Amino acid sequence: MGAKKDYDDIPGTFVFDADRGREGYQLNQFCISMRLQKNRDEFNAGEEAYLDRYHMTPAQRQAVLNRDWNGLLELGGNIYYTSKLAANDGINFQELAGIMTGMGNDAYREMMLAGGRAPEGNRYQHEWDEGEEN
Amino acid sequence: MAYISAGVGCSHVPAIGVAMDAGKTGEPYWEPCFDGFEKSREWMKNEKPDVIFLVYNDHCTAFDASCIPTFALGCAPEFHPADEGWGPRPVPVVKNHQKMASHIAQSLILDEFDITIMNEMEVDHGLTVPLSVMYGEHGVDDEWPALVIPLAVNVVQFPPPTGNRCYNLGKAVRRAIDSYEEDLKVVIFGTGGMSHQLQYKRAGLINPEWDKSFLDRLTSDPVGLSQMPHVEYLREAGSEGVEMVMWHVMRGALNDNVEEVHRHYHVPASNTAVGHIILENR
Repeated sequence: MGAKKDYDDIPGTFVFDADRGREGYQLNQFCISMRLQKNRDEFNAGEEAYLDRYHMTPAQRQAVLNRDWNGLLELGGNIYYTSKLAANDGINFQELAGIMTGMGNDAYREMMLAGGRAPEGNRYQHEWDEGEEN
Repeated sequence: MAYISAGVGCSHVPAIGVAMDAGKTGEPYWEPCFDGFEKSREWMKNEKPDVIFLVYNDHCTAFDASCIPTFALGCAPEFHPADEGWGPRPVPVVKNHQKMASHIAQSLILDEFDITIMNEMEVDHGLTVPLSVMYGEHGVDDEWPALVIPLAVNVVQFPPPTGNRCYNLGKAVRRAIDSYEEDLKVVIFGTGGMSHQLQYKRAGLINPEWDKSFLDRLTSDPVGLSQMPHVEYLREAGSEGVEMVMWHVMRGALNDNVEEVHRHYHVPASNTAVGHIILENR
């Protein structure tokens, strides 16, 4: 393991650093391929065959097939990449956030309209561990 | 000689572009967001820059994970709006001042900023949304009123360049523009932010106090502001709020003394706090 990172104690957050970039490389390269219509068409015609082109780990591949949006981030994905897969599925950034936070689209949208998630109680992991509320 | 007259700070939320392209700007959700740009569009009409030097980040569009330049300067003759997964935005092709871009590239490298030169590049919402909000609706067959020199900054894979590095790059951009012989008025844009987190369980974080302080300090304490460590952006302004480092390039290119002539702040646009400021050199 490398040195301890000063951003590791931010709750509910993955910082997409060089370690994550290394782990998620094949996954993210697959996701960015969804940018182009030609690739979207091929993927949508046969997901398994399309995924064979990328040397992902079995867990990454399964997370893609399951559309496990948080799992994709846990396995090295980055939101700007995974959002391309979401767009292919007709899911925009805000709907994706509704899923990732577990709040659902309506509750998440309401929270944003009310000014968003306040920083108070959401800066450090221990605040989440103590409160068990997010 | 060329000179920089002013700087613009501006969010580049993709949903703002979608709202404009779909004609939804008058809807109750969007109206307060766009109202704050009315004055900016008037200001642009009066200011009439010949060239916009536009600092933005690519969102895994032109750059995939195979090559991640920290600073990439657009030197192509033109830049087409990219398909980001939902079709290209129906906005004009972005035309470069290619000769000036080449001059800036050369000047920056000799000034010890080792930028990447992009002779072909598509541009995403990070570049086109600021043009849209500042100039209003322009269709594919129109032209943008100014030429645009894009500078793409990596803020996707951590770490982005430090605020200090960005501020000093702004100074070097200023030296490059000041030494260009054609009489051209340049406005520099720093884009991105403000507070927002798009990912995982803390998505939706918004910090208006932090945002307001950032906007204040652009005028009152730009050097101090540029020293802020990355972890503070991540913790206080959300994981994607770190893209605010790009505003320091804009600020560094301006005079020490600037006057804030316009400010707009609105929550939310999708997941994000929209921040906007216009600073004129004094």
